This record gives sequence, C-alpha cells and structure tokens, in this order.
Amino acid sequence: MSLTSDDIHRLAKLARINITPVETERTLRELNNIFSMVETLQAVDTAHLVPLCHPIAIIQEMPLRLRDDAVTETNAREANMVNAPQQENGLFLVPKVLE
Amino acid sequence: MSTTPAGWEVVIGLETHTQLSTASKIFSGSATTFGAAPNTQANVVDLALPGTLPVMNRGAVEKAIMFGLAVNGTIAPHSVFARKNYFYPDLPKGYQISQFELPVVVGGKVGIVLDGVEKTVQLTRAHLEEDAGKSLHEGLDTMGVSGIDLNRAGTPLLEIVTEPDMRSAAEAVAYAKALHGLVTWLGICDGNMQEGSFRCDANVSIRKPGAPLGTRCEIKNVNSFRFLERAIEYEIRRQIELIEDGGRVVQETRLYDADRDETRSMRSKEDAMDYRYFPDPDLLPLVIDAAWIERVKSAMPELFEPMRERFMSQYGLSMYDAGLLTSSRSTARYYEDVVILGADASLAAKWITGTLFARLSLDGLNIDRCPVNSGIFASLLKRISDNTINSTGAKQVFENLWNAPQNQDGMRSLQSVDNSIAKHGLEQVSDTGAIEKIVDDVLAANQKSVDEFKAGKEKAFQSLVGQVMKASNGKANPAQVNEILKKKLSG
Repeated sequence: MSLTSDDIHRLAKLARINITPVETERTLRELNNIFSMVETLQAVDTAHLVPLCHPIAIIQEMPLRLRDDAVTETNAREANMVNAPQQENGLFLVPKVLE
Repeated sequence: MSTTPAGWEVVIGLETHTQLSTASKIFSGSATTFGAAPNTQANVVDLALPGTLPVMNRGAVEKAIMFGLAVNGTIAPHSVFARKNYFYPDLPKGYQISQFELPVVVGGKVGIVLDGVEKTVQLTRAHLEEDAGKSLHEGLDTMGVSGIDLNRAGTPLLEIVTEPDMRSAAEAVAYAKALHGLVTWLGICDGNMQEGSFRCDANVSIRKPGAPLGTRCEIKNVNSFRFLERAIEYEIRRQIELIEDGGRVVQETRLYDADRDETRSMRSKEDAMDYRYFPDPDLLPLVIDAAWIERVKSAMPELFEPMRERFMSQYGLSMYDAGLLTSSRSTARYYEDVVILGADASLAAKWITGTLFARLSLDGLNIDRCPVNSGIFASLLKRISDNTINSTGAKQVFENLWNAPQNQDGMRSLQSVDNSIAKHGLEQVSDTGAIEKIVDDVLAANQKSVDEFKAGKEKAFQSLVGQVMKASNGKANPAQVNEILKKKLSG
C-alpha cells in the first residue's frame, strides 16, 4: 500500500496542520517507509486472534479500575484559568467558532 | 398529522443521548449540577491538562447495566473505550472518550403503542461516553471570539441507538416518549429536555416499499418531542419533493431550525468527519461479571408493565386506571402509599386519577410537589368510606388542605382531616331523623315535583334529591336521602 499526496493533504487537514509542498513530499516519503514496515506486519495471519484492546492484557488480566460516584473536586476555576490567553466572566475565550 | 405519503415508505432510526444522573462526572470527581457558574465544575481532567488520567465512575456503569436489563439487551462482559477524534474548542482533549466496536449494551427492545397498536423497536446498542463542553456566542461575536464553558465536559452519557425500525414521525415520537418514560422511571436520567438531559438525533430516509434503503440524512440534536415530530415531517417532505423532482438525496447532517420549521444542511458526507476511532490506551477494558449484574438487578425498581399488571390483579383496577397510576414512578408510589395507609383501593384510584390529577394540572404541579401528602389523602378517603363526609364535602376538605398545607406539619394526618372537616362544618349528616325532617320540608315545598313523580316522571325524583342535598348544605348522606325519599314518595 502506497500513499499519495492527496492522502497527505487529507491527513493534514484532519490534524489541522498546515504543510508546505516541500513538507508534503517529505512526509509522503517518510510515511510510505513506515507503511512498508506495516505491510510486513500485515503479512501475518491474525484471523484466529482476538483483537488486543490494551497491551497490558498480554501480561495479565486486568479490568478497568472504577471509582465511587462521589464529588471530590471543588471549584478551582481561578487556578485552572491562570494560563488562559484570554478570558472573560469565567469563560475561556477562543477565536470565534462558526456553526 | 403523520401521514405516510402515497407510494413512499419512511424509514427512521433514532440515536438518543441520555445524560446519566450521577453526582460526579464519568472520568473525574467534578460535580455535574446543571446551571453552575462557568468553569466552576471543570477540573484538571475535564480541562485535559497534561499528565491527567481518566478514572471511570462506577455509578455510570451501573446505570448503563440497569438500562440494558430493562430493555432485555445483552450486558457486554467486556467492553472497550475508544477515542473519537475531532477538533472543536469545547473538546479540550481533541477527542471524545466513547465506545465503538464493543459497547456496554448490545441489542434490546422498547415497546411502543401508537393509536392502540403495539409495536417493538429493536435497539442496536447503547454505549457510554463523555459529553463535550459548551460554546457560547451571545454578546461575544462582535469581539470576534467565542466563550467556552467546560462544566458539561465529562458529563456521563448513554447513547442509545435503534435499528431503522420506525415508519413515521409519530412512531419516532412514540418511541422517544417510551424511552424517556423508561429512563426516568429507572431513575438513570432526569429526563429534563430543556437542560439537554435527553437529546435525539434522527436518521431519516425514504424508499419505495420493498426497495433497498434510501440515502439517509441525520437531523441533529432535537430536544423536544414536538420539534422531533416537526423536524422529521419536514425532512420527509423535503426528500420526497427532491426525488419526485428528479433529484437525489445526499447523505448529510442537518440541523432543525424551530423558528423557521425547517432542516438545514450542516455538513455533507464529502467533508464529513473521519473520527479515526481507536481503543483509548488510558483505559482498560470495562469488565462486568454476572455477580455485578445480579446486584444491579436486585436494586432495580419494578418496571411499569409488570406494575400495571399487578395493580390490575392486586387492586382490581381497570387497565386504563392502572395505566394512569403507573404513568410515573412517583404517581405509582403515591397510589400504593395511600392504599397501604388504609384507603380503599378503588376509591383511591378514582380520587387520584380524578380530583388529584385535575388539581395538580390546574397548578401545573408534578405529584412530587403535591401539597397534600399521601398520609393526608389516605385519611381523607377513610373519612369518605366511614361515611363521616360525602364526596361533596370531601372535595371541599381536599381543597382546604391543598391551600393550607402548613397545617399538616407536626399533626397526625387523620387529625388534620378531622380538624378541617370540623372547622368548615362538613360532617355528613347520617342521622335518619334529621334527614327525614329535611325531606318532609322539601316535599311540602315542592308539591309540583311530587305530582310529576307520581305521574311517572323519573326526572322529578332527581330534582327532589337535589333539593334535599341543597337544603342540607350538601352534607346529607346521599344514599340515605335516596332511600328515605323513595320510602316517603311510595307511602
């Protein structure tokens, strides 16, 4: 399987990354190298295997840890917003979002 | 309202986001209370600060299990959380934690009744996920900014997905109402649609009967039953007109605009999101064993269908009354409390579905807020049964107790009722001598009616009963009045 520059543009768009034509070409080359390694892996027949949802399951059976339904947090808005570039009336301000 | 257009079959599937009524968020210990000041209920996990990790809320899982049991779905012994990737400012992680290939509930069904016809809607699945935050634009767009409130980010949701089983807008609404009734009955969702606790997305397509499924459009985020019906009706008309004019339906997401009563394109499939789901490495598989399911099952409330059946057999109620009395869990509880406290079961059904319901709706109240509690109500009914008051008097006592609920504090309920009866002089007159005297007076003063009755006019008798009741200020025992009148007139 080989990627095209269209695929690179689509991926860049999904990742919200602006890339130049030079970067597109380099990324295409690098990703195709990675994909050729993936192809080697894909040659293995996995039809009889249950998909592995989490790598730790190879080592031991471990279920998801759960916590009781209790409120343990108090209002920490001031501290949480210290790094916000812009704020007003307790809201984070971001460039206008259009629906 | 809901007509199937000639020659077309409508196919509808619903996806409903129900907000699970937990105290804390799905992956953090922040509160989920509605209406708090912006960002006061968003902690470091909800804000996606680096180094924070999600820890799953057991309460949210239990509510999902309860739902799965109630719809006869399969509770997955193993389910997996996945990342759904997209960029939006109210989603600080850049992905939503959801479930994709292995959801917590698989299958199940919800029964609906429409125009007396029963139908079953099959469920595909129900999965756990977190809600996003809220973007606010009002008063800010002139500054070229939007405001972000992350209080809602991380609120637990159960997304319930149906098969494309519904064939009209009315059926879709009947399903949404049945589902709403179920989740509120179970107490897993508060059902508040204005606050967004129960939101529907509808997938709508049309086809010629027997043809393969047509291309569907998804109508997003409808938060009232009325709008759901109107949005689907509009969408059906739009698709039919489009096809009959030689066009074709394009798969897309549409928004319903209630002000204009129309749906509008939001995004088409071409620029649709590619969510690139993958298992979330921060979360291990959710394991639910049989013992846990058993524990949840034993803590589950009796469901309304079995309860309705039980009301019919145990209390001898009609299907109609039993249905009304099981319309919500609090109504059913109120009724059973009244009966357990000693009121006659059929009298209680009559008074609750009649006088009490009418009074509640007059004041726009829910039975949870009823100023006359079940103890007082039971006492009132007991006083009807033991002939202390007749139903006219009882209605007055009820009204007095309704308007002066503070008198109930610290007083035993029977005493409150008796006080109210005494205070307004509403005791029923059952003294034969006293009633005979009133009857004699009325007969003497209404010779015309007496003659008419003797001439065979049955109506004249009712008029005489009315006169006697009036003369007794509505307090005479009506059964005795009837009996004494009959005796005197035939004598």
